[in-house]
Amino acid sequence: MERDGSMTDSVVMRASDLENWSTGAPDGARVRNAPAGDIEVVDLNAWFGNHRALRDVNLSINGRAVTAIIGPSGCGKSTLVRCLNRMHEEVRGARVEGKVLFDGRDIYAPDVDPVEIRRRIGMVFQRPNPFPTMSVLDNAVAGLKLVGGLSRSELRERGEWALRAAGLWEEVKDRLHEPGARLSGGQQQRLCIARALAVEPEVLLMDEPASALDPASTLRIEELVQELKERYTVVIVTHNMQQAARVSDWTLFMLYGEVVEFGPTSKLFTRPDDQRTEDYVTGRFG
Amino acid sequence: MIPAAGVVRSPGVSRARRIRDRAFTAGVWACGAIALLPLMLIFAFVIGKGAAALNLDFFTKEPNPPGVPGGGIVQAFIGTGMIMGLAIAFSVPLGLLTGIYLAEYGRGRTAGFVRFIAEILLSTPSIVAGAFVWAVVVVAMGTFSAIAASIALTVLMWPILTRATEEILRLVPDDLREAGLALGLARWRVILRVVVPTAGSGIFTAIMLAVARGMGETAPILLTALGNDFVNTNPGAPTDAVPLRIYFYAGSPVVQFHALAWGGAITLLAAVLVLSITARVLSHRQLKRVH
Ligand SMILES: Nc1ncnc2c1ncn2[C@@H]1O[C@H](COP(=O)(O)OP(=O)(O)OP(=O)(O)O)[C@@H](O)[C@H]1O
Ligand SMILES: [Mg+2]
Repeated sequence: MERDGSMTDSVVMRASDLENWSTGAPDGARVRNAPAGDIEVVDLNAWFGNHRALRDVNLSINGRAVTAIIGPSGCGKSTLVRCLNRMHEEVRGARVEGKVLFDGRDIYAPDVDPVEIRRRIGMVFQRPNPFPTMSVLDNAVAGLKLVGGLSRSELRERGEWALRAAGLWEEVKDRLHEPGARLSGGQQQRLCIARALAVEPEVLLMDEPASALDPASTLRIEELVQELKERYTVVIVTHNMQQAARVSDWTLFMLYGEVVEFGPTSKLFTRPDDQRTEDYVTGRFG
Repeated sequence: MIPAAGVVRSPGVSRARRIRDRAFTAGVWACGAIALLPLMLIFAFVIGKGAAALNLDFFTKEPNPPGVPGGGIVQAFIGTGMIMGLAIAFSVPLGLLTGIYLAEYGRGRTAGFVRFIAEILLSTPSIVAGAFVWAVVVVAMGTFSAIAASIALTVLMWPILTRATEEILRLVPDDLREAGLALGLARWRVILRVVVPTAGSGIFTAIMLAVARGMGETAPILLTALGNDFVNTNPGAPTDAVPLRIYFYAGSPVVQFHALAWGGAITLLAAVLVLSITARVLSHRQLKRVH
């Protein structure tokens, strides 16, 4: 599939390639039957000015699976996920070295447009951040609408699809034109997930998506993550050990900007190779 | 049992406290009143002197020759409208673009330099701006004109708009910029479609304050538009303006003109007041929305 067309082109292009979801997605909305969405991190280092936040990180993230990143505060979890869609470089004075291969291609290669990478690798932030001037529906389709090229009815269809995918549709279908900021915190976070899904990314990065939410909303998001992994590669940062154990297939444990251990979640939580991992997951540390 | 806080006051302490409280409150009120007094006096004075001049003729007729009663200053209203329209057309896009540049892209030396220029212009006496535009534009065009006046006002309004826009855009949380970028939107799109609309009414406020400032300027207009006793709609010719009329007529020996000057003062004051109050109301709403 071509990747270097203009943004609108690539949206349209993909639309024709894709099949409808089994979930009964409307015609305008579908998923790629496309590549696996594997990410390979090679010797990645990241700096904030002189502060080195990531040290020689190597890692293979498997497509269509959930990878959890755990570790004490300040160990570089957010920095790592932000390096995966080139958001790290948006911080003043921040710098990256190394490679991140996405479906075999280095996203840091000089000819790669970060805008395109971010469209394919979406992100959900710790704090829900819906656009305050936009309605629920406009928020959901912001990534499409602001680029243009889709009709109102197409946008509406995509919006409904994304809101359904984020498990929010039933709650907001009568409030689509209210400001997005008027939803509850948990709803806002799912709105942000819908917004990220609406542009049909292949990977979804979630940086502590539930840490600002109550237990019920947290549970809702965890269920959502389970559903999403059928079709997306999901990387989720969490401080909550149980959450990591519940939702992820793979877990990465980091310390001081380095990878300590990476493996299947069940193994990492029951028979870790590294003593530090064991101390951390059993709560004897950090 | 724990009595409610209000119940446990010993009468002695309470009385002293109440007196101090009252005295303080009265003091604050007095200060407020003193601050308001000049404003009130200006209003009362201007309205008292000028109300009589306000009639239909005032807004629709050109001035009568001395000795002929009645007449109006319609040419000044049209002129002010034209000058302000042009000044807005020049200064708003320029000011917003510079403000956006400073807030969203401005790092390093160039930005520092631009900011420095805006700072200097902000504190430049308006007559200096007028003299400068006279030397550059009026002399080059060979005539006084509304265009020259609007350029002089742009020199004054641009820095206000630039600094205000920059500051307002900085209030927009970075979260929103990141959210937009992470959606795969190009930076300029995020700025124009997310950041600027979020700052929307704040920017509108800044525009109105800048317009209010420009509208009352007299010296730079005098040096650039010159004034005109007749209606002129050619932006390339000498043009009248309300503050100019006030200035001419207030100093005029002809008594009938004094009323027209006061009438002009009322309308100018009313316009500036409306702009400022709208700006206030909007910026209040804006604050509520961002936080
Ligand atoms: N904007 C920044 N400027 C400078 N240093 C930063 C910045 N953001 C993070 N850092 C530093 O980089 C290191 C890694 O930060 P990061 O945010 O990735 O940690 P984290 O693992 O996500 O922590 P938390 O669990 O608290 O979110 C920390 O030492 C932090 O102080
Ligand atoms: Mg973090």
